[in-house]
Amino acid sequence: MLLSVIGHYSLILGLCLSLLIIFLSIKNFKNSEYLNTKILFSSFFQLILVSLSFLCLVFSFVFSDFSNETVFNNSHTTKPLFYKISGTWGNHEGSLLLWLLVLTLFIFLFLIKTKKQPVKYKILTLLFQQIIIIGFFIFLIQTSNPFNYLYPIPDEGLGLNPILQDPALAIHPPILYLGYVGSSIIFSSALAATCLNMISKKWASHIKKWVLISWVFLTLGIMLGSIWAYYELGWGGFWFWDPVENVSLMPWLALTTLLHCILVLEKKQILTSWVIILSISTFTLSMCGTFLVRSGILNSVHTFANDPGRGLFILVFLFSLILISLFVFFFFHKSTQNELNNFSWLSKETSIIINNWFMMYFLSVVLIGTVYPIFLDVLSSQKISVGPPFYHKLIVPFLIPFLLAMAIGPKLKWVKSNLDDKFSMILLLIISVLISFFILKIFEANFLINTILISSATYLFFITFRDFFIRKFNNIAQNIAHFGFSLLILSILFNSLFSSEIITNLKIGETFDDSKTKIFFKSIKQKEEKNFKSIVANFNIENSKGIIETLSPELRIYNQPNIVTSEADIKTTMMSDKFIVINVVQNQDYFNIRYQVKPFMLWIWLSVLLISFGGLLSLFKKNYE
Amino acid sequence: MNKKILKITTTAIFIIIFVVFYKALQDTNVYTPKKKSNNEIPLFSANLFYSNKQTDSSELFKLDKFYLLNIWSSWCVPCRSEHSLLMDLSKNEKIEIIGLNYKDKKRNAENFLNELGDPYQEIIFDKEGINAIEWGAFGVPESFLINDGIVIKKYIGPLNKELVKEIQLLIK
Amino acid sequence: MKILKLFFVIFFIFSFNNLAANTDDMKIKITKNLRCLICQGQSVYDSDSEFANSMKVLVDKKLKDGLSENQIYDFFKEKYGQWILYDPELNKNTYILWLLPILIFLIGGAIVVKNFKFRK
Repeated sequence: MLLSVIGHYSLILGLCLSLLIIFLSIKNFKNSEYLNTKILFSSFFQLILVSLSFLCLVFSFVFSDFSNETVFNNSHTTKPLFYKISGTWGNHEGSLLLWLLVLTLFIFLFLIKTKKQPVKYKILTLLFQQIIIIGFFIFLIQTSNPFNYLYPIPDEGLGLNPILQDPALAIHPPILYLGYVGSSIIFSSALAATCLNMISKKWASHIKKWVLISWVFLTLGIMLGSIWAYYELGWGGFWFWDPVENVSLMPWLALTTLLHCILVLEKKQILTSWVIILSISTFTLSMCGTFLVRSGILNSVHTFANDPGRGLFILVFLFSLILISLFVFFFFHKSTQNELNNFSWLSKETSIIINNWFMMYFLSVVLIGTVYPIFLDVLSSQKISVGPPFYHKLIVPFLIPFLLAMAIGPKLKWVKSNLDDKFSMILLLIISVLISFFILKIFEANFLINTILISSATYLFFITFRDFFIRKFNNIAQNIAHFGFSLLILSILFNSLFSSEIITNLKIGETFDDSKTKIFFKSIKQKEEKNFKSIVANFNIENSKGIIETLSPELRIYNQPNIVTSEADIKTTMMSDKFIVINVVQNQDYFNIRYQVKPFMLWIWLSVLLISFGGLLSLFKKNYE
Repeated sequence: MNKKILKITTTAIFIIIFVVFYKALQDTNVYTPKKKSNNEIPLFSANLFYSNKQTDSSELFKLDKFYLLNIWSSWCVPCRSEHSLLMDLSKNEKIEIIGLNYKDKKRNAENFLNELGDPYQEIIFDKEGINAIEWGAFGVPESFLINDGIVIKKYIGPLNKELVKEIQLLIK
Repeated sequence: MKILKLFFVIFFIFSFNNLAANTDDMKIKITKNLRCLICQGQSVYDSDSEFANSMKVLVDKKLKDGLSENQIYDFFKEKYGQWILYDPELNKNTYILWLLPILIFLIGGAIVVKNFKFRK
């Protein structure tokens, strides 16, 4: 009760502070020799208020204060403490409050960390950021107040959706938001820099840090979501090209493009308009994602409570931001084309432009695939579905030249270069083609496109691997990231080509036996935990070599809300995952069993970690210099 | 000049996108197949519930009468509520009700009928839920009004008093 | 370079063989391409709803009856509409869907070539 009041009023005070900051900033902008300390102080105070409000919500969850509507809807006294806390951002209202918290935190960090840039630039960035912050404040207070109270006070809450009760998902939203919100800083500062006409090499190396930070978080956030889908949705897949996944991938693609583009701008004054467009679109794509997910326009496996009223607010807000940025772009931006022609077709610049070209293509495929059904439905009321086959058909063939360019590109020098070790590069290409050919031949999965795809991924793998030794520490961050990417593509390919699956119905005591695998359904046990009861099944699985493994998948019956989920049991080893799930079959005394062997699963996660580690390294290297 | 065209087109594109999204907000996102009427009944072979005989769908609906095909199951809660309405409807001589028992255990289904009465002239026993898909159904209960080998009307979800009145009117 | 070309020619000749897949793979491929009507975010392959399980049985049956992949798609499309397929076919409704990305790719390429007159 008290917590709700404090939380609510600190939000309102925070909104008032926003207005104060805007007022102070405008005053300061006219007379801008130094940054007014009042601004810094107000930003800090705003951060404190939002944190206070957020903490109030967290403690309402911890103490199970059911007079708070959000807590009532999403928590229960029997939940473990960890999920009570993670329940804070496992719902719409709480997650928005977290957004706001990260927004205020980042702008404050931006203000104190940015030292060498002009004061006017800092103030303008703050102004644009405050527009976003105000939008979120109003959105929270108006349509999704986390501190609505209920009277009479209910005795018990409705509970957290069981599929959200998972460690990976508990930390997935905060990490992802750090990525999204980081892109808001890029958005604001790109607009500010455009207004002041200071998109330059210097600006590029300053904003690069923020690009890297949000890129690392976004990459990790997407990975956590994917791990969660793999464990919790229970069918052994990790990426479904579901709208919710696509909307997180789109900002990532834009941000990755921007990251490469910034590298060029750091060296020479070209691609300025392009950098601005990318900075703007990264954040608008994040917002667009929020809109598509929260408004419930698209249906998805990932459950979100949705509400058209909220959808409308985000939509209007999103398009106001787009219009503001269009205005700034068209009126203030003067493109400088001086150094344009100054590089050869065989140079680092060209390879990065090629990277941009392909990334934009991938982005357009994902974007069009995601929103096209909406357009078709509105314009001609035809309903269609766009799913994995569409994305595979349009993306996979283009990956081949992309991977090759990725292998050769970093070896080129700026402006003009020759390929020095042509011989070894061709040799490596032939070796990788042969290797992939024989791998596929041995496992009898020989499709031409697969062979070429694996060849190009293997090529990238070899080239980057070799570079660890011949180039030593020269640009090791980039090399690690590219090496990780080749590993990612290879693991995904091998995983999808060589996964095997057995679907069967078994009673207790029965054995499934084909020539390769024996599945013995040993027993079932009942188990009771604080927040669920479960039936644990025990299986002995014997492979052709006679090695027996025990796997115990579960069926959980959660008490609050009353939902049955099936928990997969996964045995992870370096080379493959063994994955088993059981399901009840309506009105039958047998269970439906799905057993999968999925090679290289672990490597998918490891390679994504490697990619983000590359980004992290690049960040620290920059600071060191 | 070139830049002006660019400005106008970009703004126009975003306005169009806004309008489309705005309109899309008003619609539901849950898909239900269009209720196509005046379709011929599907051809399939079915297992009969009581006699356990194989029969053909054309055999079941051969008379020059109205038929109501009702998909039901003993484990389906809404089926229970619509059952009494079906019992009433079965008294009407102009219509024959054919049941399609969806993914059920025979014993449970028999208990269900013993308890609540049996309005069905004939029951198709669809243990694996395949016949229901042939009809283009995706849940229980669903009902199809059939005349002369043609589906006149399709009802998704349980019938209620108004809908039964509508059926009574249609078959007059 | 000649050796490289020759190598690729030989290689491609060797690659064009055993393209046929068995029924199990076909079943998985088809069910992955069908969308479940009960849990509308999932494919029939991924879903465990009653409806999806029946669909799986039916796909199996149709394959045993000797229907081709496309005939099975047509069967479901007729019952439930185009929505049921995850892989939208190319027709007047989907020209933009399939061709716009390709068009963007080509335009992108044109912009790159036109705007950057590379130094020889």
